[in-house]
Amino acid sequence: MLEVKGLSFQYGEKVVLKDITFSVKKGEILGILGPNGSGKTTLFKLISGILAPDAGNLLIKGREISRYKQKEFARIVSTLPQQSAEAFSYTVEEIVSMGRYAHQKGWMQGLSMEDKAVIQSAMEQTGISHYSNTLIGELSGGEKQRVYLAQCLAQEPEILLLDEPTNHLDLSFQKELLELLGVWSRKKDITVVCIFHDLNLASLYCDRLLLLHKNEIETDSNPREVLQEDRIKKVYGADVIRAQHPQVPAAHIMLSPTAVSAVKQEGIGEDNLTISQEYIAITTEIPLKSLSSGITGAGIGWHKHFINRHVTKDYNCDDYKVEMDSYLIKNGFLPSETVAMMTAVELEDAAYRQYQVGSTSLFIIVTASVGNPVDAALSELHSSHIVPGTINIWVFINGELSEQAFLQCAMTVTETKASVLRDRDVTDPFTGTKATGTPTDSLLVAATQNGEFHEFGGSITSLGKAVAKGVCEVMNVALDKRENRKKARKEG
Amino acid sequence: MYLNKRKAAYLLAAFFLIIALFLGISIGTVSVPVLTILKIIINSISHTEVYAVDTMQANIVNNIRLPRVILAGLVGASLAIAGCAFQGLLRNPLADPYTLGVSSGASVGAVATLFFHITIPFLGNFTLPVLSIVSGFMTIFFVLLFAKKLDPALKVETIILTGIIFSSFLGAFISLLIALTGDELRQIIGWLLGSVSMRGWTYIQMFLPFFVIGCLILMLQGRELNILAFGEERARHLGVQVRFRKLTIIFAGSMLTGAAVAVSGTIGFVGLVIPHLVRIMAGPDHRHVLPLSILVGSGFLILADLLARSIISPAELPIGVITALTGAPVFAVLLLNYKRKGR
Repeated sequence: MLEVKGLSFQYGEKVVLKDITFSVKKGEILGILGPNGSGKTTLFKLISGILAPDAGNLLIKGREISRYKQKEFARIVSTLPQQSAEAFSYTVEEIVSMGRYAHQKGWMQGLSMEDKAVIQSAMEQTGISHYSNTLIGELSGGEKQRVYLAQCLAQEPEILLLDEPTNHLDLSFQKELLELLGVWSRKKDITVVCIFHDLNLASLYCDRLLLLHKNEIETDSNPREVLQEDRIKKVYGADVIRAQHPQVPAAHIMLSPTAVSAVKQEGIGEDNLTISQEYIAITTEIPLKSLSSGITGAGIGWHKHFINRHVTKDYNCDDYKVEMDSYLIKNGFLPSETVAMMTAVELEDAAYRQYQVGSTSLFIIVTASVGNPVDAALSELHSSHIVPGTINIWVFINGELSEQAFLQCAMTVTETKASVLRDRDVTDPFTGTKATGTPTDSLLVAATQNGEFHEFGGSITSLGKAVAKGVCEVMNVALDKRENRKKARKEG
Repeated sequence: MYLNKRKAAYLLAAFFLIIALFLGISIGTVSVPVLTILKIIINSISHTEVYAVDTMQANIVNNIRLPRVILAGLVGASLAIAGCAFQGLLRNPLADPYTLGVSSGASVGAVATLFFHITIPFLGNFTLPVLSIVSGFMTIFFVLLFAKKLDPALKVETIILTGIIFSSFLGAFISLLIALTGDELRQIIGWLLGSVSMRGWTYIQMFLPFFVIGCLILMLQGRELNILAFGEERARHLGVQVRFRKLTIIFAGSMLTGAAVAVSGTIGFVGLVIPHLVRIMAGPDHRHVLPLSILVGSGFLILADLLARSIISPAELPIGVITALTGAPVFAVLLLNYKRKGR
């Protein structure tokens, strides 16, 4: 559809584009990326025919752009600028009608029936039919952009060129506009070439990305390949981190700020701990990165409060998440900053201890009972009734962990837990085999992300060894305390 | 929304022009009733004495009032449509037919003719308009040539700037001639302030070709002017041959302006205010604003001329004074309205 071969352009002495070669297939959505001054706007002006190249070829449908007449070209290529300024306040419909200019013939200045139908359909597709008689000056930026998009559509183009079309739009308009483009490219086989400022929008909505760097093409490939951490660092000269979109297979580039925080979290220890009848809480100055299971703040996140709340065995609430949130608010914890889980275990039986491995310190807290043990390997024999958790293990690490290390720490904790239960000869009453845990156990691994870096947390790394040792000791203490108290109660 | 508004606007504008025509012909030191005017016109069209009319009245209408009113109408129409086209092309609501320096150029030609008492053989009394229109054209030619040197793409910003440079320079030149002048001062000032009196049918004959060609060309640029309002790049994206259209519009607009200045002097405010009035009546669509500007502009200048010759009758005021005295306040009110509507 669009072929660019060895394209070069310079403004006076200054080379803006050098030997650019790429092609776009029919129906493809191509995103053009690049830092300021990389030449993307110039490339755009060359493709839209505003500038003429100094060297190289620009072919649309196999024919040199310069060989097209202006009207002929406008019937194939339509362009949506970043922002349009209108000298007079036309109505929305008048503006959309101007998109038909390239299709109108002769001296007659009126619109044919076909023109009118195309205009109506363009307005419907962009959702602006209901204000066809409104003056453009009375619309918001987002609505205006939709009007100009409808104007482009009225051109009935085969190629749609867009220059940072979402630059001045709200989130919802950005999403709407880019999704409309996707629909058209699929339904009508429109080829889309779009300049993006926002890497992540491009990542979400483009089939292919062209990354410009220093007036040349750096990479031309699929978005996940183009948006590599090292490449973006090099091209944009900014420290970035690549993450994955949680919902769709797309890369997400995030800025990595230089100074994270003036306040550094020191080691987590007893100073941060509060134990009351109702809950155990750890509260920190700055948020910790945490991986947890539980009710509030589960998954990976950044949190300042960690709550293990005691509930009675017969706690039963359908909407336990909402109930937990209101409980947290009542006790002065902001749910968005909190990881919270439940236990039926008496909190006086909680055990905790501090460990040191190299320059990294660990703080481990366990509440545990073995009232309801299950052998995970045979758990399908059990019913699925869920009761509040019984073994809750928290590991706080004063160091920096990779995501992999978080996961490995969680594995180490779980393996250690199963091992402790095996040593204490806890059996699953239902299957008669050794139990590995209880059905509602919760886990928290949290790190200050400050201090020594740990890439791994498996059971034979220094970190993993300390975690395993600590969990083993503290869990045994917790279980002993509980047994002793029960014994004492019986005897007493 | 604009559809009914537009129909009403056309009716209103046509009605306004007809009223202005009859008032212009009827009122004067000798007043001629409307019915008599109709009779006289029918007589002259049919070249026979269909109706019996007073010869003096017939003479006044045929040889004095009618040519004067028609010339005023043509000049008003030319200035209004040229102003409308320049405002659209230059995307500037404050542009008028004089923005690009055509009028200054034409004025230099006229003032120089008066100052140096130039009379070209065969042209006689027409030396002034002919030299004026030639110098007007030369000015726009140099403006475009200079603008092209500055910026081969001929962006309107460049053209406006070049126009301003030329206008100022030529304006200074006119001032110089005025400063050096002696007996011709009143004549020069009178010409500069504009007048359509005592021109007769020959001026109309001379003016008409420019008027017809200029108006025809401009009226065919309605759609392009609409699109050019969004900027030159956008217009190209939409399929307009921007350079060609721009030069066409400048050429036609300058032709109308130059010719108008040559026959009647620099009459201000018509080209600025009339297009704005029309846009308020009919919306900004140039396919309608251009023809409506012709109707309203001609009617307006006929009435302005009527005022100019009747306020201190039998003496006459320069018509430019009347258009400025009425046009400036009207424009101020329009501006206030624009602001209030937030546009």
